Order: sequence, then structure tokens, then C-alpha cells
Amino acid sequence: MTTLAVLPIGESARVREIDASDEIGVRLLEMGLTPGIEVVVIGTAPLGDPLEIELRGYRLSLRKCEAARVDVEPV
Amino acid sequence: MTERPKFTVALIGNPNTGKSTLFTALAGVRQRVGNYPGVTVEKKLGGMHFEGRQFQLIDLPGTYSLAPRSPDEMVAVDVLLHRRDDTSRVDAVLSIVDASNLERNLYLVSQVLELGLPTVVALNMTDIARSRGLTIDLERLRQRLGIPIIEIQANRRIGIDELKRALASAAEAKPTERRSPFPDAFQAETAQLQTSWSANGKRAELPRYLAERLLLDTSGYLQDALANDEHNGVAFEEIKAARGRLSAAGLPVPAVEAQARYGWVAEVLSGVVTRPAKRPVSSSDRLDRFLTHKLWGTIVFAILMLIVFSSVFIFADPVMGLIDGWIGSLGEFVGNLVPEGPLQSLLVDGIIGGVGSVLIFLPQIVFLFFFLAVLEDCGYMARAAYLMDKLMVRVGLSGKSFIPLLSSFACAIPGVMATRVIENRRDRLTTILVAPLMSCSARLPVYAILIGAFIPATTVLGFLPLQGVTLFAMYVLGMVVAAIVALVLKRTLLRGPTPPFVMELPTYKWPSLRNVLQRIGERAWSFIYRAGTLIFAVSVLIWAAAYYPRNSVEVSETLAPRRDALAAELEKLPEDSPRHAELSEQLGDLENEIAAVYQRDSYLGRAGRWIEPAVRPLGWDWRIGCAAIASFPAREVVMGVLGVIYNLGGDLDVGEESDQDRLGTRMKAAVWDDTGEPVYNIPVALSIMVFFALCAQCAATLVVISRETNSWRWPIFTFVYMTTLAYLGALLTYQIGMRLPAFISG
Repeated sequence: MTTLAVLPIGESARVREIDASDEIGVRLLEMGLTPGIEVVVIGTAPLGDPLEIELRGYRLSLRKCEAARVDVEPV
Repeated sequence: MTERPKFTVALIGNPNTGKSTLFTALAGVRQRVGNYPGVTVEKKLGGMHFEGRQFQLIDLPGTYSLAPRSPDEMVAVDVLLHRRDDTSRVDAVLSIVDASNLERNLYLVSQVLELGLPTVVALNMTDIARSRGLTIDLERLRQRLGIPIIEIQANRRIGIDELKRALASAAEAKPTERRSPFPDAFQAETAQLQTSWSANGKRAELPRYLAERLLLDTSGYLQDALANDEHNGVAFEEIKAARGRLSAAGLPVPAVEAQARYGWVAEVLSGVVTRPAKRPVSSSDRLDRFLTHKLWGTIVFAILMLIVFSSVFIFADPVMGLIDGWIGSLGEFVGNLVPEGPLQSLLVDGIIGGVGSVLIFLPQIVFLFFFLAVLEDCGYMARAAYLMDKLMVRVGLSGKSFIPLLSSFACAIPGVMATRVIENRRDRLTTILVAPLMSCSARLPVYAILIGAFIPATTVLGFLPLQGVTLFAMYVLGMVVAAIVALVLKRTLLRGPTPPFVMELPTYKWPSLRNVLQRIGERAWSFIYRAGTLIFAVSVLIWAAAYYPRNSVEVSETLAPRRDALAAELEKLPEDSPRHAELSEQLGDLENEIAAVYQRDSYLGRAGRWIEPAVRPLGWDWRIGCAAIASFPAREVVMGVLGVIYNLGGDLDVGEESDQDRLGTRMKAAVWDDTGEPVYNIPVALSIMVFFALCAQCAATLVVISRETNSWRWPIFTFVYMTTLAYLGALLTYQIGMRLPAFISG
């Protein structure tokens, strides 16, 4: 089981599940990180955090601690 | 009399969709900007005409989702559902959508549609969508959504008339209930909640959308917001039970919403949007790779910030000089028309000076917002926040606070105004409250005089100039204290869950000149209109406190008669005689002395003397105390105040080195009234610098804080905490300094 936070740059994965117990989780869902959707890790900011990912045809930034609640499986 | 608007249209959309551009395209530049009472949300209204009909446009804050979790987010829902008395009932909703990002944008549309209001979709950025190889079958999309969809290009004003026509007919349509995208079990629970809600006592009806939100909002905010009802306890027990039942049925709250809505979006878009099998790498992608690169991205960022920051200094300074000059000439002109006396002083120093104190900030606001608008419009602003986030997280903020704080090094006013990009209220407030601690350009003259006069021009560690190190230390002091204050605020007064940093990184595009100019105009106007009047009023009040009561016995009995005698003698002498020159110099000195006596005896001067016991532990005499108090309108006036105090007159030019030297010389010669010891030494100079580094002596900043936070509580808080820190800092500096043997010799 891996999370979005540890996915290597350039790798794609499919979202399995999101911990939506708080505002951050709800925001991730609202932004389209719903189970079944495919994401690609584009890169990280120069200081190593946050991440830039692509999903549903657009670019999204999120912190690693936020990405850690997104369980993914490789495609 | 203006005609009452006939229809009201609310504009809603995701951030970065061109919403404010569309608003201006529809309503023109005449916009009314204010605040909704009780929250920090900006209320923007505009008017629109179409075929003789009047419309009122309400611009709602840009948002990804209509799911209120805070009072600020509740505003949009309340306006749309007409739960606020301060806005008219909304007849139609205009939802702006980014065509290149339809999937995510339709999430918000799905929420808007559930409100049942007639809705028109404006499809923007179709050019970007096309450049990505996306094709959109508009006709099919219209059929699926069942509402008008108008293709527009907001920045080029394309499709605006058609949009107006669609809005005009939508506004006359009746609200219609639309099918909910939620699964049946969820709809049943919603309906049941609505029924039991209105069955309980004299409760108002609960709109379907709010019932859904009550079920979905596990944060508890909405429950509390709607809890002005005696029976809420019962209802909320029901809600909890309903969530349990839903969860057991495989529909966990709140995840069910995203599932349902994105499911609906997928249905709507299937066969509507076709994208190339392999997404082409666009120029925006390549640019992004470069601009967020570990090395190149950092270098470009640093260069960009340097350009923004130094241009504010380099370009704004001359314009500020010009404005200062005009105000001075105007003052001189009026001063020559009106005989000397209270009226002249009121006109010249009070009113014209007060107008000047507002206008002087405009160049910095204009230049800074020029750059910020360009960065925002081309999509770099979000990247700047992305690049700096990790750094700002260390002080409890997010990357979005970086640019407002950086701007505050030029001037806290545009810095505070730039915090509007921070949606989270606590983060925004924290940024606003620490922004004035950044060493702004108005502090420079204070540092320059004191460093020039009292810090020896030697080197430390063999090569670093001590004067430069001292100046640098003042900047560092502001930053360090700001970091500490931010951390403390985020752990005490403004404590709360860390807001998500989940935001879109928009596609890069060329900034539109029209957008940029409009943004600058908006900001400049909003500063003059909303803060200017108050800053002006404060300036006039301070003028009065520094002018009155003007009844010094010393002046009327000894100084004034001497001046009059001198002036009379001067009249009789030929202009080119050496005696004439000598006497006019004496007259000048005497007039400066009279000004000094008047200032000392003014209410402000008395306040300075009155606080002397309090400032003595800082190493200050009453003159410094007086100058510190008198500089409340703006730090840079301290130069003029000290000039008057030390009999140099008030016309010292802050930028002139010779004037700085003259003042420095006078200060070095100043002695204590009682002991005759010199007032100034290095610890005293440092203690004054530390005080000015940390104090909130800038009325305009406090006024802008009050406008931006929509309250007086926060500017007062800012003033109190900064003055306390400034006092303690100055006290520590002086007391420690006086105990270091190296300093006492000076």
C-alpha cells in the first residue's frame, strides 16, 4: 500500500481511498481526488515540499502531509 | 436619483477562471466595493444595462466548492439563498467555467444548480482548451445541463452581449427544482430532514441545499450557524443518526458528495469532451518545468522578487518625490494667499498636508499592484506560493503569505492589501498583523540619520562596515520578531486547524494589459475611497494636536516682540548690506525657536513631556518622546518633528544628506536639561532605532488594517502589541547597551 506522498516523480497511480475525516480530506475530494481517478506526480517545489500533481487534466499543488492521506495503487 | 435595479445576478466561479475580468466586462469599472458585516469577505457590486433593463451584479468570492465551513464561506450560500438582508434576492446565477478544466469546474456548477435558481454558464478560456487539443460538443453539453451555455473570452470582451441576453431571459425565468445528483438513500434522508426541520415549532423552511449541507458538514460549523433555533438539539441528533444510516448503506459522509457530483460530471461530459489520446506537452508545461525547477526556478523567483521589490523603490520613489513637491508647492501657493495664522496652518499643514499623506502612498500601491497583477494574470502567483510554502510553514503560515510580507518591506499598506489572496481567515489575519513589522521604506530615513550620526564608520570582523551591519540588523530584527509573533498568534489567538494548501496551479498565459490596468485602478481607487478619507481625517486631527493651543507666554512676552523688532529693523536696511544678511539669519533662527516653543507647548508636545518618566528608562529625553508620539501619523515625519525640536525648522528634506547631517549635528550637541550630559550615545541611538523598527507609528497602515479586517479591534491590537514590543525592545537595547563598557565611551 503506497500513498501519493511517496510516489516517485513522473509516476502515475490510481487513487484508492482518501481519509476524508477533516477539512483537508474534504478539500482533496472536492478538487477531484476521488477514488478511481488517475494522478501523475509532476514534481516537487525546490525545498522538497509541496508536490505538483496532474489529475483530471489540470495541475494541483498539495503538501506531502496532505498527499499522505491519499492511498494510491500503481496503474 | 438612480433607478432601482430590476434584476439581481450573482456571479460565481472557481479561482483563476477570469471571474473578475468577466465582472468588469459586464459591469464596467464602476464597482461598489465594501464588506459584508461581520466577516472579512469583500462585497463587490456593479450595475449592468441590457436593452433598457437594469441589473445588479453581485460578485461572489472565487471558490472551488459551495460548502461553507466558516462565516466567510457562508456568505456566498447566504447571498444565493437570500438569507441576508443586506443583498437583494438573486434572480439568476452566472457561473463562469474554465473550458480547459471542465471536470473540476462542473463540480461547483453541480452545487449551484441544486439551488434551483435560473443559471447561465459562461464558458471561458476556450482558446486554451483548443490549444490543448480538447474539443467540446457545446450543443450536447447544453442539452445535458438544460441551461444556456455561452462561449466567451472575457479578456477580449467576446461573447459579452450574448451573455447579457441570456442573463436577461434567465432572470425572468422561474426557479425550478433540479434533480439531485445524490443516490436515492441520501435524497430520502435529505427530504426527511427538511420535513422534520419545518415540523419542529416555528422554524423557517430548510432549503434542500442546506439540508444536504447539514448532513454533509461534519465540521459542525453549519450546525452552529443554523443553531439559532430552540429545537436544534433534536434535529442534530437526527442528523447524526442519518449519517450513521448512510454510512451503513455504503454512502459515507462527507465522501459521498464528491463521489456523487464527480459521477454526475462524468455522465454529463461523456461524449462531450474529447481529448487527444496522449496529452501533448504544452508550452505551459515546459515553462512550468523550468519555473518550478530546483535550481532555475529558485533563481528566476529570486530575480523576479528582486525586480518587483527594487522597482517599487526605484520607480515609486521619484513619483513620491514629485507628489511631495506638488503638495509643497500647493501649500506654498495657498500659504501666500492666506495670512499667517490658524487658518493658514489648517489649510497648508492640516488639509493640504493631509491630502498629501494619502496621495504619497499611491505610487507604491500602483507599482506594486502592477507587478502583482502581472504575476497573478500570467499564473505565476500560485507558483510563488508553491515555491515558498515550505519556508512559510515554519512560521505557521502558508506560501500565500510570502508576497504580501515581501511587499511590506516597501510599504505595509500595499502589503496588507495584497493579503486578499489568502482565503483562510486566520492565516490572512496573522499575515496582516505581522506585515507592519517588516522594515518599510519609511523607516530608512530614521535609520539613516541615527546611523550616520552615531554609529562609527568602522568595520567589524575586519571587512564588514559597522554602519551597514547595523542597518541590516534592523531589517533582521523586524523579520525575526514577525516570525515569532506569527508563531505565537497561530498558537494562541488565531489557533485552528492548518488550512489545506490544496490549490490549482493554473496554466500560464500572457497577461492582459487591460486586466492589469484594471486591477491597479481598482486597488488605487479602493485605497483612496475606503482608507483615504480616514487617513486624511487622522492627519488633520494630528495637525490640530501639534498646532494648538498656541498660547505660550514665552513666545508672546519675549520671543515675539524680539522677532517683531528684528523684522522692523531689517525693513530699514538695504538688502545688500552685510548687516542685513546677519539679521535675517538671526530672524530665521528666532522663528525656528518660536516654532520649537510652540511645538513643545502643543498638546502633542505636552504629551511628549508627560511621558518623559516612561521613556527615561529607554535613555530618551522628552524631545525624543515627543518625536516618537508626534510621528504617529507616519514614521517619516519624525525627521520634521526633530527638526523643529532642534530649532532647524520643519522643512528638512528626508532624502537630503546635508539635511540629515545638519540634524545629526544638532542631535550630537543635545544635552539633558538637568545634568548637561549629552543625550545621545550609541545605546540611545540603537534604542530609538529598535523602537522605530518595531512600533506601529503609521496611522495609514492602521486605517488600512481596519478596512481590510472590517473591524477596529485588529488595528488597535496591532498598535498595542507593536508599541509594547517596541518599548520593551528599546528598553532592553538601552539597558544592555549601557552595561557594555565598549559603548559608553561612544
